[in-house]
Amino acid sequence: MALTVARFVLKHVAFLLLTLLVVSFLVFTLNELSPGDVARKVLGAYATQEQVELLTRELGLNRPVLVRYVEFLGRLAVGDLGMSTRFKLPVKDIIWQRLANTAFLAALAFACIVPLSMLLGIVAGMYESSPLDRAILLFATVVASVPEFALGVFLASIFVVALGWLPGTATLVAGGGWSIASQLVLPVAVIVLFDAGYVVSMIRASMIEVMQRPYIRTATLKGMTFRRVVVRHALRNAMINPITVILLQINYLISGVVVVETVFAYPGFGRMILEAALFKDIALVEVGALVAVGVAVLTQILGDLAYVLLDPRIRP
Amino acid sequence: MHPTAADRLPAASKRVPLGFALAWARGLRPVTESKPALIGAGLVLCWVLAAVLAPAIAPYPPNANDMAALAQPTPSSTHWLGTDHLGRDILSRILWGARTVLTVAPLAVLGAALLGSLLGLTAGYYRGWIDLAIGRACDILLSFPVIILYMIILAHFGSSALNIIGVLTLTKAPIIARIVRGLTIELREREYVAAAKLRGESPLYVMLVEILPNARGPLIVDMCLRTGYNVVIIGALGFLGIGLPPPDPDWGGMVKDTYGMMSVWPHMALFPCAAISSLVIGFNLLAVGLREIGLRD
Repeated sequence: MALTVARFVLKHVAFLLLTLLVVSFLVFTLNELSPGDVARKVLGAYATQEQVELLTRELGLNRPVLVRYVEFLGRLAVGDLGMSTRFKLPVKDIIWQRLANTAFLAALAFACIVPLSMLLGIVAGMYESSPLDRAILLFATVVASVPEFALGVFLASIFVVALGWLPGTATLVAGGGWSIASQLVLPVAVIVLFDAGYVVSMIRASMIEVMQRPYIRTATLKGMTFRRVVVRHALRNAMINPITVILLQINYLISGVVVVETVFAYPGFGRMILEAALFKDIALVEVGALVAVGVAVLTQILGDLAYVLLDPRIRP
Repeated sequence: MHPTAADRLPAASKRVPLGFALAWARGLRPVTESKPALIGAGLVLCWVLAAVLAPAIAPYPPNANDMAALAQPTPSSTHWLGTDHLGRDILSRILWGARTVLTVAPLAVLGAALLGSLLGLTAGYYRGWIDLAIGRACDILLSFPVIILYMIILAHFGSSALNIIGVLTLTKAPIIARIVRGLTIELREREYVAAAKLRGESPLYVMLVEILPNARGPLIVDMCLRTGYNVVIIGALGFLGIGLPPPDPDWGGMVKDTYGMMSVWPHMALFPCAAISSLVIGFNLLAVGLREIGLRD
């Protein structure tokens, strides 16, 4: 068992490294292919041509792509993440703070998504086709359909504009009479509603499938109470598929967080990448994309691992 | 004795046109059988009509500024949904915006379905190293948080409708490829596939004529979902300022321009948000309903 898990992890870590290599190369060459000078962007429209050329040479941008890519990898390997041209600071000084902010937001949201969607999904799946199930399914479909920015606008128009209960921005700087906790309510609510909708439908589908298995019928015919059947027999089996989905949700969380951070002016990682991409801040975009993909693939691996540990049938 | 594959030759060759006719008849009937499908189809149809008829029914040109309305932009008898911060009629912009989004989103889904089906069929039909290579490439694409990929590509190459269609096609194709691959592996063992192979049909013919039409059920459900997601992403890109270029109306862009004024003029952001939400809800309800019907059959 330990050996299989070790082999499993090793294989997946190899895939993680391969993915990161491909992604870094893609992002690096994309930057090269795109029109417009980095030096020109840094210096602005009023710099002379000589100044632009000087900076291009200084930054080493006039050498072949492949050489610079290999150099870039070498620098990454020793922990030198480069300079951000947008913020005029080393990338490592910016990225970790922003990442921590986003991780905080995502963790809060995740802590709400899991219990909420498990409760709704399991209840709906237990009583398939009942009015309660129909209502939960409709709710899940609708909230998962409304785009995050629209959800943000809807919630803000109610709780910020009409009722005045909450602040409309989450800058993480207490001010204007709003605490940081009150600033976090709306961003977290938007992420939770959007993602929970999807997870609820997944858990519901899995629960329905399990409830139709022969061993559930056997347990019921043995005279077990419905509650006991659900708790003792159905739950563990119904959770196998959704756990993978819930972990994959982190990938969606990263995407959704970009929009939510923009809506509420939250100083997070997603908004940083957007700014960096718009400014052609190569170093920051590169490292940011690598971190995002690393997180996404890592959670996929965790999902697969959980799957293997939970379901003895698929152990190799 | 078991009938061999060759015994079924006539039936197998007749199957295709008949299959298509049946698919059409079956495709229309079940929509009325499921309430979510019916509501979803209704919503989508409304927006399709709005998009097609936009030039005829929109009360104003989408980019015309009504300076007189600037002082009082709220909904009135002259501007039913009010005007935005530049005095442009919101109803007209929403109707014209439906035109853009309902062109770009389905085209991108179609592109993804074409590319994805081709990849999935090839991977599932040949298996072996081709399957492995396509699978790995799809995994890598799928592991990328999509919005970040869009931001990088669109920020570099500028945003045009064509670029958005290209990026959406590229990122949605792996998902469709996975679905089609799974179905192909199952379907390639069927007798009518064996019959086609015995007839000496080319692999391309077997894949496109024998296997693909039989994979259409899950594929149609998924294309509905994908169209909905594409609408969300196009809206999000517009909202982030890297969507379809202004001044032509785009729902996400309309929200981006006006949500800063929410505390004063909430209607400017609320109406486009309602428009995009109802369209996506329509596509997703349609998908939920179609899946229900598919499971029932």
